[in-house]
Amino acid sequence: MDEHRDDIGSRFGMWLFIFTELLLFAGLFIVYSVYRYLNWQAFHLAAEELNTFIGALNTVLLLASSATIAMSITALQKKNKTLALALLGFTILVGLVFLVNKYFEWNLKIEHGLYPGSERLLEYGKGEVLFFGLYFFMTGLHALHIIVGVAFIGVVFFRIKNDRITHDNFVHLENAGLYWHLVDIIWIFLFPLFYLIT
Amino acid sequence: MSNNEDKHHVIPYRTLLLVLSALLTFTFISIAVTNYELGPFTVLAALLLASFKTILVLAYFMHLKFDVKMFGILISAVFILIGAVIFITFLDYLYR
Repeated sequence: MDEHRDDIGSRFGMWLFIFTELLLFAGLFIVYSVYRYLNWQAFHLAAEELNTFIGALNTVLLLASSATIAMSITALQKKNKTLALALLGFTILVGLVFLVNKYFEWNLKIEHGLYPGSERLLEYGKGEVLFFGLYFFMTGLHALHIIVGVAFIGVVFFRIKNDRITHDNFVHLENAGLYWHLVDIIWIFLFPLFYLIT
Repeated sequence: MSNNEDKHHVIPYRTLLLVLSALLTFTFISIAVTNYELGPFTVLAALLLASFKTILVLAYFMHLKFDVKMFGILISAVFILIGAVIFITFLDYLYR
């Protein structure tokens, strides 16, 4: 049967979308770096409120999940559908655990009265307000991307299960992988910039 | 059709696991580095390590090393653009 598909074109479309996402986050990183340069003391003090352990744990989780979704492509190419599904299931699970960690982390900050517009934060200076504003906005936007990524991988999971994505037609799995790795790359920069300021 | 998956490169599990262990090592180095007072170099070290990690993810996990060359060229252009904008922004803030 003559198929009408263009896998390179499909991946190209995904890459173009990833470029727009990179520019979106790059804009936020520029805002962050300028404010950090102007308020470096406040940023250093405010960053001590963040829990490096949870940040590091989430970094390890995301890196591992990136590896498993990449491995699921290899598994599918080797026609091992069961292993591909198991690896994707693990990726989804890790994405959800990341969100649970994020929930507890945000919850603790909010309990301590650290959220945009809170009374405690207004007692501090402009730098702390900017730091926590950027922290909640950037990690929040990133968490939104995790939710979208988990949904995307979920759809791919069922399409593999129903043999709609197969060992010789898996560009949708590749695109889901590309998106998940993008989310990983953004976190690779978020983690040191927010959690590792001494 | 040559545009489809028949000629696709299969990346061995071993390679992917090696890349993962390199990424984890870089992460632990970047955490360890924050314990040293390096002044302005702390940010530089953190950003350098993050860039190494990004290159590994792009090349192996995102298959850029084995994919159409144009994707690699385009993503380099995007990062150069971002770098240029950051550079120009700081020129403005440092010398205004």
